[in-house]
Amino acid sequence: MTVFSNIEKYESNTAVIFEDQQVDYATFVAHTQKVADVIGERCLVFLVCSNTYAALTGYVSFLRNRIVPLMINHTMNPEMFEKLKENYQPKYIWQPKGFSEGNSIYDFYGYELICCKGEDYPLVEDLALLLTTSGSTGSPKYVKQSYKNIKANANSIIEYLDVRSSDRAITTLPMSYTYGLSIINTHLLQGASIVLTEATVMQREFVNLIRKYNVNNFGGVPYTYEMLKKLHFEKLELPSLRYITQAGGKLGKELHSEFAKICNDKGMQLIVMYGQTEATARMSWLPWDKTVEKCGSIGIAIPGGRFSLIDVEGNEIQDSEIVGELVYRGENVTMGYASSGEDLILGDERGGLLETGDMAYMDADGYYYIAGRKKRFLKVYGNRVNLDEVENLLKEIGYETAVAGEDNHVKIYAVNGSAEDIKGFLAQKTGLNMRAFEVLSIERIPRSDSGKVLYSELG
Amino acid sequence: MMDNYWKIFQELFGLDEDFDKGKVVRGEISDWDSVGHIALVTKLEETFDIMMEPEDILQFKSFYQGIDILKKYHVDL
Repeated sequence: MTVFSNIEKYESNTAVIFEDQQVDYATFVAHTQKVADVIGERCLVFLVCSNTYAALTGYVSFLRNRIVPLMINHTMNPEMFEKLKENYQPKYIWQPKGFSEGNSIYDFYGYELICCKGEDYPLVEDLALLLTTSGSTGSPKYVKQSYKNIKANANSIIEYLDVRSSDRAITTLPMSYTYGLSIINTHLLQGASIVLTEATVMQREFVNLIRKYNVNNFGGVPYTYEMLKKLHFEKLELPSLRYITQAGGKLGKELHSEFAKICNDKGMQLIVMYGQTEATARMSWLPWDKTVEKCGSIGIAIPGGRFSLIDVEGNEIQDSEIVGELVYRGENVTMGYASSGEDLILGDERGGLLETGDMAYMDADGYYYIAGRKKRFLKVYGNRVNLDEVENLLKEIGYETAVAGEDNHVKIYAVNGSAEDIKGFLAQKTGLNMRAFEVLSIERIPRSDSGKVLYSELG
Repeated sequence: MMDNYWKIFQELFGLDEDFDKGKVVRGEISDWDSVGHIALVTKLEETFDIMMEPEDILQFKSFYQGIDILKKYHVDL
């Protein structure tokens, strides 16, 4: 099995637009064959990704020819890159010229193929590519995706988004990130076009490209939508847009509702989605005509997928409005993780079932809502307690706290307030015995540069 | 007014008082990337009590060019 095996059938359709050049499918496919011919075998290749023609050509080439790329963003620092090389021992690197030192044997549009003395790791039959979940931290933990995963997820997305050969997307996300990649996959499989740019939505060039090439869709993470809000997107004239999608984290009810309204006024669709790299890309979508009514929801499972919610005892929750762990079943559930080349021989470890690590509930109409991450939930005397919710309850009445702990023992690290007051308040609010709560006084809450609470540094 | 305008750039992008204003150009000052641009627009809108048009936000590329853009909003530096 491969992916993109018959996209040459789209012949004269425009496949890729970059730097004012338009490449049709016939030419594009011919270009992809060259680097595969130089490599000539199924092996592991590091693909240093950027939203450029050469990177895309390499990606499609590798998937068509059963060469396995490990996707790395071009912003990765050299130290992390070297560490990954040690862990995975690739045979080749497809990189922007000069990205790393090595024996260059082929070049194409600013990229070069570096031949490494990589090991001959056996690669399991179905393995198509490797993607990280952590972006820039350089963790060696990569998700193994199969050809079947990529095809199944792309087909589901094509169905619910109604991706057409006349569609035209513009890149807003790195190719090394599953959401960005899924936009590329769905468009190429339908004979649609992709406009490649490294520009962000805050740049004149980005907006110019949309206008010049009549781009009709793009995707964004919550931060993209914050930028669009700052740009006063509602006043920006972009009549070619048919729809925009959102994934990669919770948009927040306010921003969701604001963009639902803006898109409605502009006569375009906003489609909020939910997914994880472990599920190839997408698991759910909120149909655009429900985006106002079901604001804040991640929607319903994608075609071919199924959600269930699991309670503390491991039983499936049938009732609405009850929070449990969100579990997904579908052909897009990936094979498992790898942390070195030796793990690439292992086949499917999940059997189509993914415990998402997210806590969620369903409303009476069957729409799902994320309540938080599972690791932020504790079991207290048989009840689930959402630590973020406890923090918010306390914040509402003026207590600055960070809440952590373990099962049956909720620890409240408080900057202000007396232990008795806090315990009494929580016992009354949650209905739990006061003994479940311990209040510890701290001077300030430890936070990262980006303002996230560092729970690991508490107590 | 001009002092306020220059202070905004200095604070957001960590520039010294004697930094060459002609070189204060988006994409060339390391902190003036997309994230920095949002911060700049937010600060300018707050300080001068204006709401910039998207086309002007996109067009805004340098310290000096910004002066002309702000004139449109009757902010005379």
